[in-house]
Amino acid sequence: MDTVPAKQVAKPVEPVRRRRSGRVVAGVAGGVADHLGVEVFWVRAVFAALTALNGIGVLAYGLLWLFVPQRAASAPEEPSTNPKERQQALGLVALGIGAAVVSGLLSGPVSGWIVGPLAVALVGAAVVWREADEAQRRRWRDGAKSGFLGTGRSAITRVLAGVALVAIGIGVLLVSSYGIDQLRFALLAVVATLGGVAVLTVPLWIKLINDLGEERRVRIRTEERAEIAAHLHDSVLQTLALIQKQSESPREVKRLARSQERQLRDWLYGRNADDTDRPTTMSAAIAKASGEVEDQFALSVQQVVVGDCELDHNLLALVQAAREAMVNAAKHAGVGEISVYGEVEPEQVTVFVRDRGKGFDPDLVPEDRHGLADSIRGRMDRHGGEVRLRTTPGEGTEVQLMMPRKTSGGAGRADTEART
Amino acid sequence: MTGQKTAVRVFLVDDHALFRAGVRAELDSITDEVDVVGEAGSVGEAVVGINHLKPDVVLLDVHMPDGGGAEVLRQVRTALPEVVFLALSVSDAAEDVIAVIRAGARGYVTKTISSQELVRAVVRVSEGDAVFSPRLAGFVLDAFADRPGAAPISDPELDLLTPRERDVLRLLARGYAYKEIASELFISVKTVETHVSSVLRKTQLSNRYELSRWASDRRLV
Repeated sequence: MDTVPAKQVAKPVEPVRRRRSGRVVAGVAGGVADHLGVEVFWVRAVFAALTALNGIGVLAYGLLWLFVPQRAASAPEEPSTNPKERQQALGLVALGIGAAVVSGLLSGPVSGWIVGPLAVALVGAAVVWREADEAQRRRWRDGAKSGFLGTGRSAITRVLAGVALVAIGIGVLLVSSYGIDQLRFALLAVVATLGGVAVLTVPLWIKLINDLGEERRVRIRTEERAEIAAHLHDSVLQTLALIQKQSESPREVKRLARSQERQLRDWLYGRNADDTDRPTTMSAAIAKASGEVEDQFALSVQQVVVGDCELDHNLLALVQAAREAMVNAAKHAGVGEISVYGEVEPEQVTVFVRDRGKGFDPDLVPEDRHGLADSIRGRMDRHGGEVRLRTTPGEGTEVQLMMPRKTSGGAGRADTEART
Repeated sequence: MTGQKTAVRVFLVDDHALFRAGVRAELDSITDEVDVVGEAGSVGEAVVGINHLKPDVVLLDVHMPDGGGAEVLRQVRTALPEVVFLALSVSDAAEDVIAVIRAGARGYVTKTISSQELVRAVVRVSEGDAVFSPRLAGFVLDAFADRPGAAPISDPELDLLTPRERDVLRLLARGYAYKEIASELFISVKTVETHVSSVLRKTQLSNRYELSRWASDRRLV
């Protein structure tokens, strides 16, 4: 039971896979060479030689092309063909075809009238098959978005050209052997048969298309899940690891948890990183300022904003003043929570920053403390706003900030003035 | 004074077992004002448990599989009108919060609330008051705001907040306690409670299209 075949352990058998790069026609020769561990030149030479024997080489190549899958996109890239090797390979292809024609002519029964059209048809088939390979590779690359065959104009052109070549080849072949009248009858029979087959196999086609769609959906879902997993790993799991490491410091744990919570919310509720980097609305700006204070001072800022509007020059000053008020509360009040409430009304925007901390006597604030005077009062005054302060030692502080909104008529002009 | 009063019987509904255990441990350890009598991890369990135990207050998670807190409310409220529901959630999406309130919850608090405050909130809803966290107050103010394109007012009694109710809500949103609101507005705490209950009733009953549309428009944090 427990013995494992030694050979399998020593060297896992690699199935044959057609090369994706470093190929001349379809990568069959390269794939076989990789599988056998020989120079690709010799494989090509053997195919060419076999082609001389009544075209067996072409047949073998075609069958391998059909039945051997391409190497999957996830496999490592092989080196691509250099021009010299490519020339060599094309030479071998030409040699093989030439030899086949010569041997066919020499051996008599096969006439040039048959070989010529057949070769044309084969080239056409090769073009179409190659395009199918391309489409598969595109599908790997684009993640299940493109269809069976390519959709680009050049792809369609190639496919049509290939089909035309095949049709011409077969047509010439048939005309040469049967003559026009018989051909017309045969053509009708063939078309009728094809039509019948198409009708009979409709369910099969539908199932095939449905299966492909289903597979695509599954793949998209899987990709989405992978993206979510990656995000959670980068953010939540890292933070949890940090929290475990810092578990003896409750302050730090709280800070980490709050900042992670905020990030996750932003992500879940679709506020993307660009918006939060440079908020453009009042509510986003207040949220960002609150978050920064939370992070910096390891406390929680309970923020509520009612209504919303675009941020302009004056409102930006209002947000900055509010942020300064939060920082003051965090530094001096000695509390674990600050309440911030913003309300956007048609005529003005109001922000309240409140703590239930120590409070202070405004008259006793030392002269060198510029926070309230400059950062809050000065800023609000410069932009036409108003500050009110309510504070009682022992009961906490509330800073009330009011900024009138520009009326819609004057807003444009004022904005340009502010910018110049 | 808690000596004479029997403890408030609380039932926990949350699909996270870890969170239930945490709340239960906190509530049991800090006070005997409340008594956790049961818990449930799904809508089905909750309906069975609440019908069986008939608790005073149900602490209800907003987000759960199979319809969430609103579904529990729909299935239980008509049969047991005396059971009071308090929504407790991490979800700050306005539509979820408003939905649970409209389904009949008497209040909404976030899961980051401190244990003491949670106890206070539970006792308060058990006495028939509404509990508005600052965030809920903000949502409701926003929902009743008069903005261009708002739905016409069909019933002024239900579709508009009085200036006084607006003042109370603003102060709630600013983080004021009832007592502080009362002294700020020179009214009694009882009057504050009346205003808040009235706002709750309007939030639940107003048919203003704006309420629901606003909530789905704005999934804000």
